Amino acid sequence: MGDMVKGNIAVAEAAVRAGIIVYAGYPITPSTEVMEYLSTRMEDLGREFIQAESELAAINMVMGVSACGKRVLTASSGPGISLKQEGISYMAQMEYPAVILNVVRWGNGLGSLDGSQTDYHRETRGGGNGDYRNIILCPSTVQESVDLMYEAFDIAEKYRCIVEVMTDSGLGQMMEPCEYPEFRELTKCDWGLDGTYKVKRGDFLGRNIPGESETYMKKVRAMRENEQRWEMYGEEDAEYIFVAYGMPGRVMSGLVRTMRQQGEKVGILRPITVWPFPEKAFEEMKEKNPNLKGFITVETNGEGQMVDDVALYAKKYGMGTLPVYALPYVCGVPKDDVVAADFAKVKAGEIKEVY
Amino acid sequence: MAKTKKIPNLCNYAMFCAGCGHGVLVRLICECLEELGQEKNVIAAIGVGCSCHLKSGINCDLVQSPHGRAAAVATGIRRAEPDKIVFTYQGDGDAYNIGLAETLNAAYRNENICVFTVNNGNFGMTGGQMAWTTMPGQKTATSPRGRNIELTGIPIKIPELVSYSFKPAYVARGAVTTPAEIKRLKGYIMNAFQAQMNKEGYSLVEVMSTCPTNWGMDPIVAQKRLIEDVIPYYELGEFKKRGE
Repeated sequence: MGDMVKGNIAVAEAAVRAGIIVYAGYPITPSTEVMEYLSTRMEDLGREFIQAESELAAINMVMGVSACGKRVLTASSGPGISLKQEGISYMAQMEYPAVILNVVRWGNGLGSLDGSQTDYHRETRGGGNGDYRNIILCPSTVQESVDLMYEAFDIAEKYRCIVEVMTDSGLGQMMEPCEYPEFRELTKCDWGLDGTYKVKRGDFLGRNIPGESETYMKKVRAMRENEQRWEMYGEEDAEYIFVAYGMPGRVMSGLVRTMRQQGEKVGILRPITVWPFPEKAFEEMKEKNPNLKGFITVETNGEGQMVDDVALYAKKYGMGTLPVYALPYVCGVPKDDVVAADFAKVKAGEIKEVY
Repeated sequence: MAKTKKIPNLCNYAMFCAGCGHGVLVRLICECLEELGQEKNVIAAIGVGCSCHLKSGINCDLVQSPHGRAAAVATGIRRAEPDKIVFTYQGDGDAYNIGLAETLNAAYRNENICVFTVNNGNFGMTGGQMAWTTMPGQKTATSPRGRNIELTGIPIKIPELVSYSFKPAYVARGAVTTPAEIKRLKGYIMNAFQAQMNKEGYSLVEVMSTCPTNWGMDPIVAQKRLIEDVIPYYELGEFKKRGE
């Protein structure tokens, strides 16, 4: 078992080992430890650390590095990630890959510093202007944060897309034992700009927009087909399946096991990617379990956001008549006894389904 | 013996309006890069607006930056590729209005890049709206009664601000007017690139240009206005010389 490490520092070190040559960012609680750590770590390794004047500038610096085919990271939290959306949209269009860490904090606008899942809709739908998707990885432990951050760069380069690792205040600030992976060689993708103009630009007036869109959508379909990740437990005989990711996912993975020991017929689906949403898990549930009575999302936002996706995919895989409930706990980490009590209310009909 | 001037290989077809100064600036940048032996060692970050025409105007690697962010994009390129020539090509609306923060902060850090901005006193691509560089009383699409500087501020002078407030390597303002001025401007561009190759830091060269289409003037009349009415306000010359 590795040393105790704070979540934010662990993911930063994972990115270093994955081979980032530049970090550009702007301070914001609860993600700031990432850049504090990297300010000296990158320098010691002879790499580049930039304290940018804004989140907006930081993402554009990321774009410059990425255009050269090199690995780069930026990290922020809710409002800061809002400022980055312009750059993310441009990078999606140009197919510049990059990895972004969003240590989510609660709220609209300035919000608060509490851990939360209020950014779900924005992250899973692209976020900026346009018709693109980013792969969103949602760890629930510090070790999983490290493993996903390390792999995120490979995924980003495979599809030439943005990969976001989405944690929250709780996961970023807590300490857990973790093992680090090996150092990767620093690489440059063969398509990266190198000053020689080896990749010629097309005629930018004679663009074929439907063709461009179809090429991009082919990639989106491949991402959707190949990159769904999830953990599932108890789905074969559960009457109710809880769906929860991140910190609530971690709570529910434990609670479902306890509840099953107490005789409750429950299961858990923990999405590890929230885009692409793990729809294949719904296909499996449908095949394995004819006795399902409903889905219950456990989320830390105001009235459930992921609940929309659960309802959509339940419908897609022939379970559209089942009720879909949301247990939204706004912020922080949901507590076992509170969720268990609310589950009793769901069964008693005291909490109404959302869909 | 008379020398035949070849069009640099870096130059491609430019789609600027008749009488616009952009084309001359692109040509000068290409000439300088070739004379410095850097034509296969250069990555640009271009702005949004008429600068977008560089996609067809120059045969070199470039990144289409979001509006105003070219200096930040160039910063990323610089840090990723320390031995390449990195420059931005922007209009005044891009660099001094929407991109004021990115432009100033790159200068503030003394980032080792060259920034070329074309100052034609308005937003060209969108049809001649008022920019921070628009002259007092000048009529534009968004100041049809003439620019009211009481409400909108006075024309902005970024080269002066940058050279007096920060510690950049090189700052100058040239003009695409007479052959003599164009020759002088080429010297400024050369200095900017050489400063970068020498790792001296940030260079800014602002280029005064006409915008005949949006000024509603034929190119010769537009030149006359530029020389007589605009350049007296926007003093030409070197504000920060290398090694000073």
